[in-house]
Amino acid sequence: MQTPQILRVLALAASVSIPVFSAMAEGEIPVGEFASLTGASASFGQSSHKGTELAVEQINAAGGVLGKKIRLITEDDQSQAGQPATIVRKLISQDKVVAILGEVASSKSLEAAPICQQNKIPMISPASTNPKVTEVGDYIFRVCFIDPFQGTVMSKFARGKGWKKIAVLTDVKQDYSVGLAEFFVKDILANGGEIVREQKYSTGDKDFKPQLTSIKAAQPDAIFVPGYYGEVSLIAKQAKLLGIKVPLLGGDGWVGDSLLKVAGKSLDGSFFSSHFSASDKAEKVQNFVSKFKAKYGEVPDDMAALGYDSAMILADAMRRAGTTESAALRDAIAGTKGFDAVTGMITLDANRNASKSAVILSIGNGGFEFVESVQP
Amino acid sequence: MIEFLQQLINGLAQGSIYALIAIGYTMVFGVLRFINFAHGDVYMLGAFAGFYTAPKLMGLFGGGPSYAGAALVLVSAMSICAVIGVLIERVCYRPLRQHPRLTVLITAIGVSLLLESGGQYVFGADPQAFPEIIADAAIEFPASWGIFSTLTITIGQVLVVGSTLVLLLVLRTVVLHTRTGMAMRALSLNPMAASLMGVNLDAILSFTFAIGSAMAGAAGVLTSIQQPSIDPLMGINAGLKAFVAAVLGGIGNIPGAALGGLLIGLLEALVVGYVNPTYRDPLVFAVLILVLLFKPSGLLGKPEREKV
Repeated sequence: MQTPQILRVLALAASVSIPVFSAMAEGEIPVGEFASLTGASASFGQSSHKGTELAVEQINAAGGVLGKKIRLITEDDQSQAGQPATIVRKLISQDKVVAILGEVASSKSLEAAPICQQNKIPMISPASTNPKVTEVGDYIFRVCFIDPFQGTVMSKFARGKGWKKIAVLTDVKQDYSVGLAEFFVKDILANGGEIVREQKYSTGDKDFKPQLTSIKAAQPDAIFVPGYYGEVSLIAKQAKLLGIKVPLLGGDGWVGDSLLKVAGKSLDGSFFSSHFSASDKAEKVQNFVSKFKAKYGEVPDDMAALGYDSAMILADAMRRAGTTESAALRDAIAGTKGFDAVTGMITLDANRNASKSAVILSIGNGGFEFVESVQP
Repeated sequence: MIEFLQQLINGLAQGSIYALIAIGYTMVFGVLRFINFAHGDVYMLGAFAGFYTAPKLMGLFGGGPSYAGAALVLVSAMSICAVIGVLIERVCYRPLRQHPRLTVLITAIGVSLLLESGGQYVFGADPQAFPEIIADAAIEFPASWGIFSTLTITIGQVLVVGSTLVLLLVLRTVVLHTRTGMAMRALSLNPMAASLMGVNLDAILSFTFAIGSAMAGAAGVLTSIQQPSIDPLMGINAGLKAFVAAVLGGIGNIPGAALGGLLIGLLEALVVGYVNPTYRDPLVFAVLILVLLFKPSGLLGKPEREKV
């Protein structure tokens, strides 16, 4: 029994050390990516990774940047807390990456950001919308909008529709939901609208009839439900049963596989804001969608588009910097202005957050339909 | 006024679910004097049993939503849960019968964790959409009812309350009017004397677990008709609430468990509707503490003298 075990350990050691020996070929720029490729948030991670991968492939096919090809080194954080710190350290110290792309979940980005900041390696998060992420330091960027903006997008839309009396149903366990609701309510009240009822629930709740009964009694024109798809689908279903006919409004947390599977037709006529719509007719978007479909055989979602944009913005900054040296690259990323990305025109503001448009989608016929894009 | 009535209806429907689960807690406590903390997870398994059997069973009735098919799904989920309940007792609790009750209690917590983590492994952690076995819709009231015609009662709610009532009546008959029921009551009164009189302890315990688990399985399916999103952790919260209901009604007392369930459901609906939804869970558990402090025997339970 003893010998095989030793052999196994040796084999393991050998397999671990292989990347060290396969030192970086000259003429390649190593770029690190960390994503949840397995585990609970794997669907987010898989999407963003596919987008990033497609972008790098296209950049290299067009001749790469600075006369070199980009080599994407991807590590899986298994959707587990603690993993991002470990693998980002590995990417920086062992693979000598010049920049890091990741993650979707804000909690994971927040774990990696201090390490990137400390090592002065620029990090671009594709989809972490929590404001705290880029507050870590001046080397941390994102290509998505942040929660306060998204709340305001929906309130503008509601005002545009002439809905004056709005009810709000917030998930008190999610900073995301509370944040969106706060900025939504502020904007509605500041513009002469009325919040007729504010109700709350907690992640994991299944019965929303009491809250909805109270909301129904207030007779709103629309209901803002900035939660995640799991609860939203049940809320929609129960609202319909209780005879609530007004539209529901929400944010990018609605995007999820099971939303329409559970809600069925009860979300028809509702609206939510998001980063990207594959049914947007813009040429740039349609181009991306068809390339993505050709490579992966599926329609790209928000996370895929944001992953794609994060790599494209990095490549653009490298070209403008003319070097991959960290301070110059950081300055170039910070100077991103009016970059024409698939998720909209991206300008990075002084706080390293993307100032860009959001899209509004409507639900009907068992799918999402692009309605309009809203400028910041 | 209408809003208040509506909240009572909401609370009644949710309370019925708690009542069904609470019965399992109370029955097991009645005969074994320990809390089966894995019971909430049997409720979860009931929902998943329905989830997996529904496509086949509904197929027998044309595939679409139908009452006959739904009844069959309900019965099959109850049977599956009954078997699971018996297995849990046989494998996990029976070998520990001579051990201190604390050992069994801790084992129950272990079984609960096993079912939750195992469920995440087998069924996946993501919520799943429960198939539509009944076309749930609001029942239309004639306009001549005036203000009451604006009340919303859904078919799902009627079914939940109705099925709960039927199941409670069946249970009552079993416990009060059959030999097995008599043996159960004897066991709960004095296990030693009962077994001396020839009551087969093992058989009765298995039977108790079967009935309790079947009730939880029914609750799992009935919940999923109204809230068609199920996940492996759905039993935790529902189980805890039902446990509070069982204590409120007087643990060990079957009508008490049913009453406790309804009261907890009503309390929740009213707190959410009129106070603040964030206080819902804290208030329910405050009830547990208050009952234990001031009336440990519960609303319908008889004070028990500590035997020396």
